Formats: sequence, C-alpha cells, structure tokens
Amino acid sequence: MAPLLEVRNLTVAFDTPSGTVHAVNDVSYILEEGETLGIVGESGSGKSVHALSMVGLIATPPGRIVSGQVIFNGRDLLTLSQRELFDLRGKEIGFVFQDPMTSLNPVLTIERQIAEPLRRHFGMSKSQARAQVIELLELVGIPDAARRARQYPHEFSGGMRQRVMIAIGISCNPKLLIADEATTALDVTVQAQILDLVRELKRKIGTTVIWITHDMGVVAGLADTVQVMYGGRIMERGPVRSVFHDPRSAYTWGLLKSLPHGGRRGINRLYQIPGNPPDLTKEPVGDPFAPRNPFATERCKLETPPLVDAADSTPGHRVAAWYDLRAELARMEAQA
Amino acid sequence: MTKLHASPLVSVNRLCKTYGGEGRLFGSRTVALKAVNNVSFDIASGETLGLVGESGSGKSTTGRVLLQLEAPTSGDILFRNKNITGLSKAMLKPYRRDMQIIFQDPYASLNPRMTVGEFVAEPLDVHGLAGARSERQDRVASLFKKVGLDPSFMKRYPHEFSGGQRQRVNIARAIALNPAFIVADEPITALDVSIQAQIVNLFQDLQDELGLTYLFIAHDLSMIRYLCHRVAVMLRGRIVEIGPCEAIFENPQHPYTKALLSAIPVPDPDIERNRQPIAFDVNANLPPEEALLRAVGDRHFVLGGQRHAPVRDSFRDL
Repeated sequence: MAPLLEVRNLTVAFDTPSGTVHAVNDVSYILEEGETLGIVGESGSGKSVHALSMVGLIATPPGRIVSGQVIFNGRDLLTLSQRELFDLRGKEIGFVFQDPMTSLNPVLTIERQIAEPLRRHFGMSKSQARAQVIELLELVGIPDAARRARQYPHEFSGGMRQRVMIAIGISCNPKLLIADEATTALDVTVQAQILDLVRELKRKIGTTVIWITHDMGVVAGLADTVQVMYGGRIMERGPVRSVFHDPRSAYTWGLLKSLPHGGRRGINRLYQIPGNPPDLTKEPVGDPFAPRNPFATERCKLETPPLVDAADSTPGHRVAAWYDLRAELARMEAQA
Repeated sequence: MTKLHASPLVSVNRLCKTYGGEGRLFGSRTVALKAVNNVSFDIASGETLGLVGESGSGKSTTGRVLLQLEAPTSGDILFRNKNITGLSKAMLKPYRRDMQIIFQDPYASLNPRMTVGEFVAEPLDVHGLAGARSERQDRVASLFKKVGLDPSFMKRYPHEFSGGQRQRVNIARAIALNPAFIVADEPITALDVSIQAQIVNLFQDLQDELGLTYLFIAHDLSMIRYLCHRVAVMLRGRIVEIGPCEAIFENPQHPYTKALLSAIPVPDPDIERNRQPIAFDVNANLPPEEALLRAVGDRHFVLGGQRHAPVRDSFRDL
C-alpha cells in the first residue's frame, strides 16, 4: 500500500534583507497511514516550516520552495493551485497550532469557528453543523457542550481553547492531523490531559498524526516514530524506543543527555551541548551539527552525510552521521 | 554543596498582592483578584528556592513584589532581618544593589539600541561604582568572562546574539553589582533545548563562586529538582506545599503537587507509556481561605483543610 505521505527532497528558503535563510534542506521521509510521527527540534530546525510549506502556508515571497515533492494520498501537494490547497486544508489535513490564545477569533462564537470548515467543505446546513459541533466538543472532553458552543473564546481557559483547536483540527475527519507545538503554551497538568486526549482520539478514529515539538518527553509518550531535526535537516529518525534508548546522532544523544532525568542537585553538572544554534543564512555545508559536535570528523565539516540505516539497529532507524557514535561513546567510556 | 546558614537572607511574611477591588467613580467596586494571598517563606543565604505553579498562580508576582518592583497590598518583606516593605525609593536604593532579577525573555529584556557592554555597565553607573573609564571597562570584561562570553563582544548589539548568549548578557548585568540575591523568573523557558543545560550550569557555577541566593521561578519541574534545595508549589496565589526537594518529589502530600508531578513528561518511552497522570480540578479544589500550612515532615509543610495553630513560628524555628 502506498504511504499516506511521502516527502521527497524538500528544500525551502526565505529571501530576507540579511540574506537567504536556508530553512529546510533536502528533507525526505515517509509517513504510513495510522502512524504518529513526532518531530523534535529547536527553533530554526525547520520542523515547523517544512510542515507549513507542504500545504502552502508559508508566505511566498519571502518564502520559496526550492525543490522537492510532497506526495499526499497520491497527489503532489506542491503542484496544487491555491484553490485546491484551500479545499485540502482543514478537510484532508487538519492543523492545530501552538497558541490557543491567538489562533481563535475573539469575536466569533466557538460554534461558528468549529462549524466553518464543516460548512465550507461539506456544505452542511447551520443545524447539521451545530449537531456536529456539539458532538466534536463532547469528543474532545468539553463538558456541557451545547451551552459552551455558544460562548466566545475568552470564556474558555487555555486548555479548553486548545481542546477547541483540536476539535477544529479533526472536525472534517482529516486523514492527517499536524500539531505544531500544540501543548507548549499550556501548563503541564493541562498538557497531560491534551496528550491523553490525542491518544484516545487516535484509538477512536485512527488519525495519522504529525506532532511537532521541542519536548523529548512529549514525543516519548505519543509517537511511534521520532524524527530529530537540526539546521533544516533530519539528523536521525526511527522507532521511538530505538532512537531514545540507542541514539546514533550526536545531537540526539546530547539532547537526551542534557536533560536532568530526575537527577538531584550537587551530584554532577548537566551535560551541556557546547556552542550555539547554527546561522541559517550561511550556505549549508557539511553536517549542520558539526561545529558543536565533539565527535565530528574533518569530513563532517565538508560533506553532508546522507540519512542511511543505522548499523545493527531496529529496521527503520536511520541516521545522518559520518562518525560512529557507538564507537566514540565506547572510547569515551574506556578513557573515563 | 553550599553550606546553608541558619538565619534567612530573605523572609516573606503574609505577603498579599491584590489587583482591582478599588471603588469606581460611582461607588461600585471592581472585582478583586488576589494574585498573591498570604504567602510566607524564608530563603537562607546560599540557598535556591524553587517556585512552581501553573500560569496565573502568582509565582511571578511573588518575585516582583519581593523585589519591590510592585508594592505589596499587605505583608512584610525582610532582607537580612530588616523590614524593607514600603521604603522610599531613595531608602531602597542600597538594597537594590543586593537584589536583582533575570527575566524570561532574553529578546525583550535587552535594549536593542545599547551595546551589550553598556547594558552590563549601566547598573555600575547608576550606583556610582563604575570608577574610571578603564576600570569600568575591566569590570565589564571580567563580568563577560564570568558568564562565558568573549569580552570582545562588548561593543556588539543584542541582535547579533543568540538567545542563550542574550541570557548570559542578562546574567552578567544581574551580577554586576555583586548582589546577594537573584530572582530568576523562568530564565530558561524561552531558550532552545540545546542551550538550557548551559544556562542551568552557569546558574550553579555562579552560586558556588559568588555564594548567590536564588528564587528560581519555573514550570519545568525536572529542572527545579535538579537546581533547587527547596521547592514551594503555588496554586491560585497561595503556597499549597513547601519543603526540601527530596520531600516534595518523593513524598508529595498536596493533591495539586501530586497532579503536577504526575504530569511531567519523561524522555523515556518505556516510562512515558505507562504514566498515569493524576487529574486535579483546580476550581473544585480551591484551598479554603482559612487553611494553614501544617508540618508533615522536616521543613515540609502542606496547606491543610483543618484549622491548626499557626505553624509559622515553628516553621521559622526549624
């Protein structure tokens, strides 16, 4: 069976007054139907931009799709017209964005906002849409849905608003739901509830999900596959247990090691990744993490490593690295 | 580990900060919001107290009122056992040297039109400590080194720096006057994940080197556990639990603390998939107004429902 989504050599740049920003560089991956893909990366990793550019949500100019194909359900999204993308977004691909405070329209009722895609894509009548809205609000765990539907965003808490955003995202029963830092602005207790909700929705309606976040912990609990991005590239991807327990990219390893892991003060210092995130206005040469990588070789600085199968690992675990992290770590341990 | 002294450097006594509630022109009153409600705690010299809670719990307001950036509605703030509440600007100035703050957003807290060197030197000028030009220059250079920045960066402007470097600039300014106490309000939240550990380590190094005392406000509980000696958990303006880090993390008593701890995402798929978050409905569990902190362990206090003799004195004695 053909995969639901196949991204091929996607490269996106932004032309800004201070130079060309190379935001996404040669990103390729496959997403199967029903899979949950967690994409982790920090700001500037290209994790959000690549998702937005797939469905025509970056401003052009300054944005520019330099090359690539995004095959979704048999069609290349990058060749679609604005009109076709308009029909696709919300219906076949749903979105949930980071900030529930600003992504809802403050002067429209919740019902109106959830009903909008239903009426647009399915031509539902007002009363049909209303019934659907109430069902959706119940599905995302908002009590007293019939009454709440008639309220305005300011009458909802942050967590409740994010539930509304998810209700909008799944309203047309999309084949793919893309959530971009959807719980980042929320308190941890609320985040836990939203993550539970997403797991439950997956069980109930089997949506394929791309969950974009900077939080390794969130990905660990939600994703089947994790994809680690840095400097506009995929550094490593694979089954979540394999990547977390046996990382092969020095960046993934450094990120996991720099977290406190329940450690207490005074025992030792946190491992810190040296240096600063890359300057994306520089022409991308070599491994983007090389300047911060203690294990980098000469080749890492000059030549971009391809994403290949990791040696002796779980099928599907792929890494872009010229160095052999396992050998380097073994050497480090022997020295210590 | 830093040795803790018995007498507190900073004490907060029944601190309240209420917004609104004033009479309007024609007699009606606006709704009063108790952002900080009867909060008391001590911080010993050299200690790091973590302050956690959801957004709107009053943790940042507590930090701001503590530094007298806003006037408290009632209650006392003691610094080195001297009551500094309600002092005039001029009277407060010598204390300002000793008490500094670091904000969350390193992009908003730097002046874009000032070189970072000038920005770090500004407090020295304000307090008349800059000295001769070369002396001032040397002082700023040594501050830059202390926070891990190349002194040659002094002449640059903020836009040339990454988030982590900007936060280092803010830290350099905060320690410029050799303060004893720093309120750090979510200082790593806005930073990239790969940079957070650098800044956390810097906070620890500076504490070891300069004997700093911190009030560390954050919502990342795993970082709090790593960095702090004690933790206070705030909910809707009140401290619901306070105690040594180990006690709070290994033996939480208040249902809100339990819910908070159960919700921390752990970067391990095996643990994360078996996690059972404990639900907690804030509105159904608001602490009753008359509730008091009662001792449940060594220096470990929980806001209890039942009336108890005020434990404040025993809290102070411990």
